[in-house]
Amino acid sequence: MNLPKGERLLELRFPAQANRMALVRQTVRSAARFCGFDEPDTRDIVLAVGEACQNVILHAYAESDEGDVVLGILRDGDRIVVRVTDYGPAVDPTVFKPRDLRDLRPGGLGTHFIRELMDTADFGPAPDGLGNVLQMTKKTKSQEREGGRL
Amino acid sequence: MTEVIRDEEGRFVVELEGEIDLERAPALRKTLLDCVRRGRDVLVDLSRVTYIDSSGIASLVEALQDAGKSETRFGLIAISPEVMRVFELARLDKVFTIHPDLGSALEAGA
Repeated sequence: MNLPKGERLLELRFPAQANRMALVRQTVRSAARFCGFDEPDTRDIVLAVGEACQNVILHAYAESDEGDVVLGILRDGDRIVVRVTDYGPAVDPTVFKPRDLRDLRPGGLGTHFIRELMDTADFGPAPDGLGNVLQMTKKTKSQEREGGRL
Repeated sequence: MTEVIRDEEGRFVVELEGEIDLERAPALRKTLLDCVRRGRDVLVDLSRVTYIDSSGIASLVEALQDAGKSETRFGLIAISPEVMRVFELARLDKVFTIHPDLGSALEAGA
């Protein structure tokens, strides 16, 4: 996985617990607005990052029932880069794929949402070999327009 | 998220408010399944829901499937554009019966 340098905006470490999600969403919302995203795109980013954190809570620490999530947000030119890192057992990256939506059943939509809402989503082992990283990026529309004028 | 359950002409109307996420979804799941398993039709008012994620959607899908098994009706009313976007992303906007408001739902016999 290519980890861009980017400008570090914030890093948040929190216990992988469902009752932290509202706090996390507020932080992500603020960061997306700070990067210049409009409200619809901000909502999309908040949902995608929420789903990523939810996957960690439900799957990465399913056996130990406790662990931390590290949320890193960077700005890389006209993109926001969001990294969600866990310290759970290594997960086969091929499991990070959306399910067939024609199969109506509860659950399993999170990965589909992430793929639909973000421009890129890459899942793999953490660079230091401990845990897993999901890295997502999304470009701002205003920057796209600006880029088009140059 | 808060929830209120009302009796409306023999059916349950479940009014939800706030954000439905992984923290709230288990309670919502229980509420909806309890209503469906009482054998009555259920309408879920989402007009004051500001956020829903895959865990909330999963609770609604499970209740819909349970209603199908017990041959009761399960519908949604007054979904905000923000929440509708999530249904559309999940390709569920055509799977659920969605009414613009309670009056329309009652008129339709839902």
